[in-house]
Amino acid sequence: MTDLSKTPEKTAQKTAEQATDQAGPAPFGTPAAITVTGVDRVFGKRKREVVALSAVDLTVAAGEFVSLIGPSGCGKSTLLRLVADLDQPSGGTIAVFDKSAEQARLDQDYGIAFQQAGLLPWRTVAANVELPLKLHGAGSAERKARVAELLDLVGLTDFAKSRPDQLSGGMQQRVAIARALAEQPRLLLMDEPFGALDEITRERLQAELVRICRETGAAVLFVTHSIPEAVFLSDRVVVMTPRPGRITDVVTVPETLRARTDATRDHADFLHTVAAVRAALHGGHEPAEDLA
Amino acid sequence: MLAALQRARSVLLGLLGLAVLAAVWDLYKAFGPDDGVRVGDRLLVLPRASDLAMPHTWEVVQRLGEPVTSLPGAGSTLGAVVDASLFTLAIATRGFVIGVVVGLVLALLMSRVRIVESALLPWIVLSQTVPLIALAPLVKRWGSEFDRLGYIWTNEQSVAVIAAYLAFFPVAVGALRGLKSAEATHLDLMRAYGLGWWRTLFTLRLPSSVPFLLPALRLGAASAVIGTVVAEVSIGLRGGIGRMIIEYAQSASSDPAKPWAPILGAVAVGLVAAGVVGLIGLLLRPYRTAEATR
Amino acid sequence: MSVVAEATAKDTRARLPISRLRVSTVLAPVLLGVAVVALWQVLVDHYDVSPLIIPAPDAVWAQVTDNRGSIVDGATVTGRNALLGLVGGAVVAIVGALVSHAVRFIDQMAVPVVAAASVVPIVALAPVLYTMFGAGNETGRVLVAALSVSVPVYLNTLRGLAQVKAVHRDLMTAYAATPTQVARTVTLPTALPYVFTGLRIASSLAVISALVAEYFGGPVGGLGKSITTSASSSNYPLAYAYVLGAIALGIVFYVVTLLLELWVTRHHPST
Repeated sequence: MTDLSKTPEKTAQKTAEQATDQAGPAPFGTPAAITVTGVDRVFGKRKREVVALSAVDLTVAAGEFVSLIGPSGCGKSTLLRLVADLDQPSGGTIAVFDKSAEQARLDQDYGIAFQQAGLLPWRTVAANVELPLKLHGAGSAERKARVAELLDLVGLTDFAKSRPDQLSGGMQQRVAIARALAEQPRLLLMDEPFGALDEITRERLQAELVRICRETGAAVLFVTHSIPEAVFLSDRVVVMTPRPGRITDVVTVPETLRARTDATRDHADFLHTVAAVRAALHGGHEPAEDLA
Repeated sequence: MLAALQRARSVLLGLLGLAVLAAVWDLYKAFGPDDGVRVGDRLLVLPRASDLAMPHTWEVVQRLGEPVTSLPGAGSTLGAVVDASLFTLAIATRGFVIGVVVGLVLALLMSRVRIVESALLPWIVLSQTVPLIALAPLVKRWGSEFDRLGYIWTNEQSVAVIAAYLAFFPVAVGALRGLKSAEATHLDLMRAYGLGWWRTLFTLRLPSSVPFLLPALRLGAASAVIGTVVAEVSIGLRGGIGRMIIEYAQSASSDPAKPWAPILGAVAVGLVAAGVVGLIGLLLRPYRTAEATR
Repeated sequence: MSVVAEATAKDTRARLPISRLRVSTVLAPVLLGVAVVALWQVLVDHYDVSPLIIPAPDAVWAQVTDNRGSIVDGATVTGRNALLGLVGGAVVAIVGALVSHAVRFIDQMAVPVVAAASVVPIVALAPVLYTMFGAGNETGRVLVAALSVSVPVYLNTLRGLAQVKAVHRDLMTAYAATPTQVARTVTLPTALPYVFTGLRIASSLAVISALVAEYFGGPVGGLGKSITTSASSSNYPLAYAYVLGAIALGIVFYVVTLLLELWVTRHHPST
């Protein structure tokens, strides 16, 4: 609560500029990837009412990587689902590339990955990656070329003909990411995609995601409950608290950490930023200096 | 409040479903051709709608209140059907109990000794795949042969044996799956506590088999009723619903609503049997946690 | 990759009630079967058991070879009724389940009807069906088979349709897939194994129902009528020979459905 002076909007604007400078691909005047304004989401009726989100404002610039972090029940997944138009807000507006969330979904402006890989078990790995292309009527030659490209990107070319249940959890998640990237979206929505993986696999996939983001220049909204993961991947870390779910703080990751190599995790600023996010999560009771 | 409203809604919709069924029946009777709808020369695909072939739904209900025959002193049809239903229910219960005991014993044996499972399970599956109920007309002979050997073996017992034969299968298979459903971690825990097979059975395996056992018992009860009715017909045992269906069907040409009376009785017996198993389920509710997820 | 090798070694057998194929799982039941038949033969011979209780296997087999023609004829009649009933009942049940799944109030309306149909001896409807469709006609028997088939197929299909995972549904929404696309890519493939479980149960049920319906009257010619006729003329070995024919018919139906199931669901992971 102590940090409310730093309002989310202000930070958002500041880092939006930084992100454009940094990531490069978005020219001046490109609409923000996501603009969330005054969004509420209430589940249930009357006495059983649960306020999942309250007065949430958030802007994600084109090409920017933003993580949502917070304890369970803070509404971070709900927020992502609202942006994906898998659920509708009770109040407020959501714009994705200056369109309504629904229109953005219909136009296939985003790719999405969940905590469960959600692969169709009766399709081969290649057929799973191909699915969105096929659903949206891409020609078979185009699909084939794109699938080969994507499997190469996630390093699973040898497993094109395997079935999902023959792969390890990490490999399945890579297939899911390839599928999310299939239509070259300018925005990736990822709901704890590495949540079910072990730490080693996790770090490897994080590095891979960094590389993929560089190559594609896509903006990412990334839900996680791991502080180091959020700090390692993001340009900004949005901290949320539950009951009612809302944004309490936004931590901007310093320039020094934007290289995102293995060395980054050992950088003094990394530990510092992790401490800052942790402090924000605990409501600012633990000053960052003590931990660093 | 909300739950009560929802329950009332589903009851109403259920009644509506039955009403729709009755309406379709009577609409077809009103507008369908008397000779039925044929494909080609002989094959009837829709029934004859004449009064003799197809009674009105309300006639079926009315008929229950009328005497069985036009002879003076004949009892009401409803009374006769209730008597026959109780008779059938009693035999079905006997068959069900035998079937459950046999099924549980087999399941225990199979879960305890692997080679028994390997040897027996395919035959158990096969026994229901094949229409061994076809044997029913042949079981009758056993009665008179056992009598000669000094046993008193009635036709009722033959019927109960056939009912048991149908009922044991779902119980055996369901109980076996249930007994093997205990989680590996729980089994390890029992092992760590140093419990033997019997105590593991009662503390872990039996409770965790409940979610599998209850649907199996439900199926077994339905099978027992079906077996009883069919066996009554093929063995020719009087007094029950099965025989009554055949007898009443003979007067169908002059009294088309009459054969429906014992069929309603059979429906009632089936529902009562399922209801009793449902009550067992209520008693075992604490053990049913996993049922919804299977 | 060891993961792959291990997973490919796993096969569809796991879905059968037989836990794992090894020598004992094949040998044990075969040995048991041979032993029972041999014991049966020896006991009947040794104690001179009357064929009225149970005829010796060789006597039954002699009747089978002598009456091969009429057994095959009977099996054709009964099998045809069962097949028509199976196909018709399954189609109606699957379509019905699709409708129930799509429209909730129809689902609720169908509950009592289905509940009643699942506990009721449907063969008991045979006599009234003979009256409605004419006793010289096989339609009544086909209908009995179809009705018995439709209950398990309907219930299993409905269950299968409900198995669609939330994450798959979300994915389809995110892809803005049309209802037809959702049905083709997710709903139907998910439900397929369940539909086939229903069909597998239904296959033997169709034969049993068509056969037992013959006990309740109707035209002559099927296996069921032949069993009762030979039993009432005390030709028990012949009756058992017809029973054997019925068993063979049941196995054919079951195995064909099973093979179809294995083929259609070959891409589904075994659970």
